Amino acid sequence: MNNTYYGHLVFELSKPGRTGYSLPENPWAGAWTLNEIPEPLRRTTPTDLPEVDEPTVARHYTNMSNNNFGVDTGFYPLGSCTMKYNPKVDEEVAALPGFTALHPEQGAKYAQGALALYYEVQKMLAELTGLSEFTLNPYAGAHGELTGLMVIRAYHLAKGDTARVKIIVPDSAHGTNPASAAVCGLQIVQVKSAADGTVDIEDLKPLLGPDIAGMMMTNPNTLGIFEHNIPEIARLVHECGGLMYYDGANFNPILGVCRPGDMGFDVMHINLHKTFATPHGGGGPGSGPVGVRKGLEPFLPNPHVVKGEDGTFSIETSPDALGRVSSHLGNYGIIIRAYAYLLTLGREYVSGVGKLSVLNANYIKACLKDYYALPIDGLCKHEFVFDGLREEYGGAHSSPLHVTTLDVAKRLLDFGFHAPTIYFPLLFHEAMMIEPTETESKDTLDRFIETMKTIAEEAKADPTLLKTAPHHTPIGRPDDVKAVKDAKFVF
Amino acid sequence: MKYFPHTPDDIAQMLQRIGAGSLDELFAEIPDELKLKRELDLPKAQSELEVRRTVKALADKNCVLTCFAGAGVYDHYTPSVIPYITSRSEFSTSYTPYQAEISQGTLQYIFEYQTMMARLTGMDLSNASMYDGATATAEAMMMCVAAAKKRNRVLISGTMLPTTLAVVKTYARFHGVDLVEVAPTADGTTDKAQLSVLLEGGDVAGVIVPLTNYFGIIEDLSGLAEACHAQKALLVVNSIASVLGVLKSPSEWGADIACGDAQSLGIPMSYGGPYIGYLCTKDALVRKMPGRLVGQTTDAKGQRCFVLTMQAREQHIRREKATSNICTAQGMMCLYVAAYLSLMGAKGLNAVNETSAAGAHALCDALCQLPCFSLAFPTQPFLNEFTLKYTGALPLAELHDRLAEVGFLAGVIAQGSDDLLILAVTEQRTAEEVDALVKAVKSLTQC
Repeated sequence: MNNTYYGHLVFELSKPGRTGYSLPENPWAGAWTLNEIPEPLRRTTPTDLPEVDEPTVARHYTNMSNNNFGVDTGFYPLGSCTMKYNPKVDEEVAALPGFTALHPEQGAKYAQGALALYYEVQKMLAELTGLSEFTLNPYAGAHGELTGLMVIRAYHLAKGDTARVKIIVPDSAHGTNPASAAVCGLQIVQVKSAADGTVDIEDLKPLLGPDIAGMMMTNPNTLGIFEHNIPEIARLVHECGGLMYYDGANFNPILGVCRPGDMGFDVMHINLHKTFATPHGGGGPGSGPVGVRKGLEPFLPNPHVVKGEDGTFSIETSPDALGRVSSHLGNYGIIIRAYAYLLTLGREYVSGVGKLSVLNANYIKACLKDYYALPIDGLCKHEFVFDGLREEYGGAHSSPLHVTTLDVAKRLLDFGFHAPTIYFPLLFHEAMMIEPTETESKDTLDRFIETMKTIAEEAKADPTLLKTAPHHTPIGRPDDVKAVKDAKFVF
Repeated sequence: MKYFPHTPDDIAQMLQRIGAGSLDELFAEIPDELKLKRELDLPKAQSELEVRRTVKALADKNCVLTCFAGAGVYDHYTPSVIPYITSRSEFSTSYTPYQAEISQGTLQYIFEYQTMMARLTGMDLSNASMYDGATATAEAMMMCVAAAKKRNRVLISGTMLPTTLAVVKTYARFHGVDLVEVAPTADGTTDKAQLSVLLEGGDVAGVIVPLTNYFGIIEDLSGLAEACHAQKALLVVNSIASVLGVLKSPSEWGADIACGDAQSLGIPMSYGGPYIGYLCTKDALVRKMPGRLVGQTTDAKGQRCFVLTMQAREQHIRREKATSNICTAQGMMCLYVAAYLSLMGAKGLNAVNETSAAGAHALCDALCQLPCFSLAFPTQPFLNEFTLKYTGALPLAELHDRLAEVGFLAGVIAQGSDDLLILAVTEQRTAEEVDALVKAVKSLTQC
């Protein structure tokens, strides 16, 4: 990354008369022109799109990419985001014209390879999770959550049980959990965490009743703690007639070690862009397959990919399905990438993902806990949470002058690291959530650890250095208040 | 394993620092009965070369047909420079741009995308977060209900894409929206008279109509905005993005929300995804907007820069009170669209629309020369997609399949019908391909 900020917008490179495209001559030129559009239906205002030549466009976006930081640039310990390496061969196979040139309405007979791949991926996900069947149609993690909750509601409604309108969500849950439940028309009931960071069973018991549709959990939870009481929790929720939903955002550390289906979960989603190494793409596109336990398959959204007895694949709809959540078979291009990754891992290496990601997280935690406040000790899984700098380095949290988690995060950028997830989970005021993933070497972790120690020492010696950080990035700290007050969303 | 950088020595040193005897000890707190005691039933690990072979073999089992189908997904040309830009891993391997200082690339192209979509639709602003056109329309429906507060009835034209209708219905069912589908007129257009009658009820939060509909017809939306606004309902106009370049825009029709799929702006068809939905609106509705919004501001040095903003609407802050559960910033696809529109400009987009529509009219004229085909809605204007009524002896489904066998995806058969064929042409189709399709149809139908 260079430190020269390239801040032009493409509109500022535009000059009337420049052209960036070339198209074949219109074979039907003159036979039909835009003037044939009836005047009242025709556009009268200019579109004001830029006029730019191709070299300018290529350079413009290349320069912009230099102001960006990706996993290929450096360590990206963003908690709960699983920023692992994105394999290049996955990109290549996803770009094969045999996939990219397929129209989604082209009949199953002419897309047997594409459907076989879809079917194989859903089978592999079922084996990895201990569930019965998956749909790969949801477009993203949050979309998967919503679809999974729809499955739960459709199941209760099919039994004529209309009273189950509430869903239990732990206070440490990802923000999407309650948001997805609200979009799905469910009321949220929050359950507290106990001192060890796991769900407080005594707080849970009185919440259970005939109005409970289910409970959403991620395991390990957002503190990186394994919910060891999970069999008991699942038993209690099932006893009251509810279903267990597993938020697969944190699936990476248990890959090949244990399975949500064996823990008692009935429905789950997986973020292919986390656990299965498809690129995050600046926030999307993702993919959020949803799996269900035996008996819930008919409720999965339409369309379904079905394998016939003769080995051919067809696309079918089920009358019991909750409906359709996507126009076609989801973000197919992302599913191809996940398939290539799964083939690379195979049965031999799949558990290495879980084990090495947990090794990496525990190693960082052990090396830094004398510098950063660790509210919950003990083994963590893929991630853990510090509650800011320890007082002897950052000052008391009660003091308005203390060096905050934001300051540490911004200073990290100066050293060429992405910041951890900050101010989440909401259980701690100065939360700093670190997830290294299995694709980072000990060497990288050691450099990160040394940097975090240096920053702690800097916080003690020269707090202003941190308060004004970053100093070496393309831009300095942006004025977020101004962005809201003088809101400007277009050029 | 090439993705695991750990040497046995590294692992030993790290375990020692942690105070654990083995990797398995790191999972000591997990109850034993939950642990996997067997090897998973997965394929054997493959080398890179084997992965290529396996996936290539599947790709080769698909048939790449000469595409005359649309129904919301169009085979437009992707300029060569775009995949080069989007495959830069500084872009593709980054996350949602939370740390603005090292994410100006992402933030800037999203800001460009927002600007371009706002200009195309004529609206004040655009978000950057919708998965596809169908889910964007569902989000628009939920926006209407949220903005109206005490109303939960939304009207939707039955001329929308069936897949979009199906997705919006699913969201409505679970979100508690009273969604009323208004059947098309005999002319294949939105039944504006019926919409007006329903609006009179005074309990409608929003009305959703398409700019070009399932049958390819360019809809005349005159009078709709007035009818909606008189009853304090919002007007949502759904459109294929590419046609916005030449058709009267949602804003010119008086829409409050514009939404749709932007796949038509150079994004490969890829068997249904990934695409990007767009959602644009007026300033007054910004706080009801779902998803990510990028805004302009300045940094500590006074330089112009860009940030994610208005986050108080979003799930990670507001949880169940958020405007939506959307987390996605559809980054890569925003970049696709921004690069495409930068290269094409207004002139290029006009050329794409004109060539595609000219091809569609040429194909339509040629097929209508055959006695077994006629325009299903002969008085209605269309651009690059149109619907034919088929009266041949060979059943339409069989004809469609036989054409596929000789390499043509000859449109889509309209849902619920056995005699309506919806065909689309893009600038990628040559005169020879159009002629070849007509010839194949002629020989198969014998008419």
